[in-house]
Amino acid sequence: MNKTMESKVQTQALKLSKEDFASDQMVKWCPGCGDHAILRSVEAVFPVVGEKLGLKKEDFVVVSGIGCSSRFPYYMNTYGIHGIHGRAAALATGIKITNPALNVWMISGDGDSMAIGGNHFIHVARRNVDINYLMFNNRIYGLTKGQYSPTTFKGQKTKTSPQGVFEQPFNPGELVIGARGKFFARVVDTNPKLMQKVFLEAASFKGASIVEILANCVIFNNKIHSDITGKDTKDDNQLHLEAGKPMIFGKEKNKGIVLEGTRLKVVTIGEDGITEDDILVHDPTTEDSGIHMMLASMSTPEFPVALGVIRAVPSETINQAVWNSVAREKEVSPYKNVDDLLNSGNTWEID
Amino acid sequence: MTTHKGKVVELESAVVRFAGDSGDGMQLTGSLFSDSTAFAGNDFATFPDYPAEIRAPQGTVSGVSGFQIHFGHSDIHTSGDQANVLVAMNPASLKANLKWVQSNGIIIVDTDAFTEKNLEKAGYESNPLTDKTLDGYIVVQAPISTLTKEAVKDMGLDNKSAMKSKNMFALGIVFYMFNRDYKKTFSFFEQKFKKNPLVVEANKRVLEAGYSFGDTIEVFANTYKIEPAPLTRGRYRNVTGNLATSWGVLAAAERSGRNVFLGSYPITPATEILQEIAKHKQFTAISMQMEDEIAGVVSTIGASFAGALPVTSTSGPGLSLKSEAIGLAVMTELPLVVVNVQRGGPSTGLPTKSEQSDLMQALYGRNGEAPVVVIAAKSAADCFYAAYDACKISLEHMVPVILLTDGSIANGSEVFQIPKVADLPEINPPIVKANDPNYAPYRRDPEKLSRYWALPGTEGLRHRLGGLEKEDITGNVSHDPLNHQKMSHLRQEKVNRVANYIPELEVEGDEESDVLVVSWGGTYGVMLTAVEELRKEGKSVSLAHFRNIMPMPKNTKEVLSRYKKIIVCEINLGQFVNYLRMTFPEFKFYQYNKIQGLPFMVNELKDQFNALLNE
Repeated sequence: MNKTMESKVQTQALKLSKEDFASDQMVKWCPGCGDHAILRSVEAVFPVVGEKLGLKKEDFVVVSGIGCSSRFPYYMNTYGIHGIHGRAAALATGIKITNPALNVWMISGDGDSMAIGGNHFIHVARRNVDINYLMFNNRIYGLTKGQYSPTTFKGQKTKTSPQGVFEQPFNPGELVIGARGKFFARVVDTNPKLMQKVFLEAASFKGASIVEILANCVIFNNKIHSDITGKDTKDDNQLHLEAGKPMIFGKEKNKGIVLEGTRLKVVTIGEDGITEDDILVHDPTTEDSGIHMMLASMSTPEFPVALGVIRAVPSETINQAVWNSVAREKEVSPYKNVDDLLNSGNTWEID
Repeated sequence: MTTHKGKVVELESAVVRFAGDSGDGMQLTGSLFSDSTAFAGNDFATFPDYPAEIRAPQGTVSGVSGFQIHFGHSDIHTSGDQANVLVAMNPASLKANLKWVQSNGIIIVDTDAFTEKNLEKAGYESNPLTDKTLDGYIVVQAPISTLTKEAVKDMGLDNKSAMKSKNMFALGIVFYMFNRDYKKTFSFFEQKFKKNPLVVEANKRVLEAGYSFGDTIEVFANTYKIEPAPLTRGRYRNVTGNLATSWGVLAAAERSGRNVFLGSYPITPATEILQEIAKHKQFTAISMQMEDEIAGVVSTIGASFAGALPVTSTSGPGLSLKSEAIGLAVMTELPLVVVNVQRGGPSTGLPTKSEQSDLMQALYGRNGEAPVVVIAAKSAADCFYAAYDACKISLEHMVPVILLTDGSIANGSEVFQIPKVADLPEINPPIVKANDPNYAPYRRDPEKLSRYWALPGTEGLRHRLGGLEKEDITGNVSHDPLNHQKMSHLRQEKVNRVANYIPELEVEGDEESDVLVVSWGGTYGVMLTAVEELRKEGKSVSLAHFRNIMPMPKNTKEVLSRYKKIIVCEINLGQFVNYLRMTFPEFKFYQYNKIQGLPFMVNELKDQFNALLNE
């Protein structure tokens, strides 16, 4: 019997607590950095994930690339590996495929995922590797002290764009869907409740669960998400998606999203004869990505920003496909061991 | 079969070269001749010579595909310098290969292909069959295309299908020349084309027609026979280096109880390793064709962390791309086997030609002080053992190993005595048991200095690895200056201590002699042949061939000190010789280098050694 599958056979997981995952290492992010809140949410959700999926604390693996966010594994008491810049998705792929019983979490940033790791990002989504991919998007290079990233807004002045950024930014959700990804969610670092809820959904989803976290860099890009996260603006600029529920938002809970022709549109319930029944109902599970793509693309000021699980389409994961193939080949192959293989085909004997 | 053969001449060995257009099936022809050679009990080595393009313009010199086989009654170490027999299926293949034919050699041509148009495509101004180009050779002019059509004419095959089997006509002629039992090849047709009985029949008929042609025409005054080679008892097969490498990895997986994970990306001439491992999921060998070379090695490092036998396969440009990640494996002190099938460089270079020019890249091509173990396979069959050793060292010493093979041995084939997996040395990876109270991520085996391998999922061993410098014992991130110096020394010393676990350097020849020839990697066969031939002539020459490059065998210095002159031969501009000069500045090293995308020839080596002997 192969060794990696053995770890699947487990005794009933013990009740886990947040303390089981807290590390004794000093957390070295800047005071006020959004990453602290994300860390607390992840620590809080791991026991819940463990309980829901029947995992012991040793089954969690945290993987990262390079950047501020990628120090994450050192701040969690789990198995962890801090890789090289942009390549965490490949690391996570190797880990998950080798031992599918592990619960693999990948931490990355917008530079790590969208620039140097852009290739791996689209391929981990395309392959549907069963990992949970948290991408901290602060729209800046923090660890190298303030250069623009592929998600920095056009025109923004940074150390490497003194005249303003000339390039248009990526929208990570569009990339996930364009790469035929099966799961995409978005959260903000200012809402721990939402983070924990979405992280749990990501963990429960079988496939590459990619979560964009709009995170604040207090030093180099402070308040870059403030129109979305600000106390006064958040209600009008956040659309919290829930499966089976109408897409209603706003301070008064009277705004909604409708489909008009081929485009989404913001309407006010009670105006122009609009009722709640006219509002689009969210279905994250449709294979057709049309609405999901439009939801992921929505940006202020025309639209609210979509939060929560935008897309979650059940589909076979590559780790399942590979291990199913292993099981099948074990049944049908004429080779039971390597000696059989060495002696197969054209051989001859010398006496 | 016929009986009216002329005299049968016995030979010690012979070299046959099949050449034709890329689409003419010369590789298959060569491999069928190899199989027949195996049945005849000869030792042999083969070498394919094919263009980088899949189907270069038909009939041109750049589209010529060749296959050479050297077979004999005694040990065969190379695919041969010059051919005794050339089969040229068209003018371009004659033009490209004539320089490889020995004077007085036999050249078999398909005269039907020597049309004005084909002569022009090959760049011939006049017909070499009628001008003086082939003076001094024995030319067998066979209307192969016509006779192939004739052989299958009543079978209802269209012209194109009929022409597909003309390579078998040529094979039939060569079978006749060497007194082979052509009927043994029939079973191959039956298997390969079992869904198409018409094709089976056509190939049988054409092969037989070629054989009969050889028998009928008057050109062959003699036919040839080579007695079986005195190989040791056992079971044998033919392997290419890439196949042997793949199987060495699979054997190491079985012996170590680890599952293979091969993260890779297609690249000439290493791709066959990925293709071969992909076939063997029944052994829980998992291959992932990743999105690029970097993802190939990084996914493999992930797999290593999770407990697989981690292997990535590539060629030169791919090794460049993997450099940073190999550094990560050095820092995390995880197993990792990188197979680098060297090809001509730099950049895209000569993808289908062989070179030994990645040695320095393997030794030093990373940022920081990043020592790894470097092993170089010496022949196609040795790739099996070299891959096995690379896996064993990597798993047991928790260290990245770069295995260097090259295009020549990767695609070349030779006779391989099939071992029993149970007879191979044990492989015992230092896996930590659950809740081991003594475990610390960077605590080490006192002898090997290797870390211990704590696999995710195991209770009581949670830890973090990564590319940042690690504190000794605890593995916590550390920027402490003295710790960095200590860890740098430990990583190097761990590699150095592998020398305690590898065989000593052996010399083929004498304890002392006037000249010591030094070589490494895939040139072993030709070096040995050259040295053996000189020794038979009474010359004072010996050979020291290196398979372990980093670390070198412990007795290297002692061996080098015993010889008057040392000459280092490599297919590059002198990478190993400079490594030796750096390591052993007390010795004087002569060097002989060739960098033409071609292997050494026995005669050119002998000339070099003779010159040094006479100096």
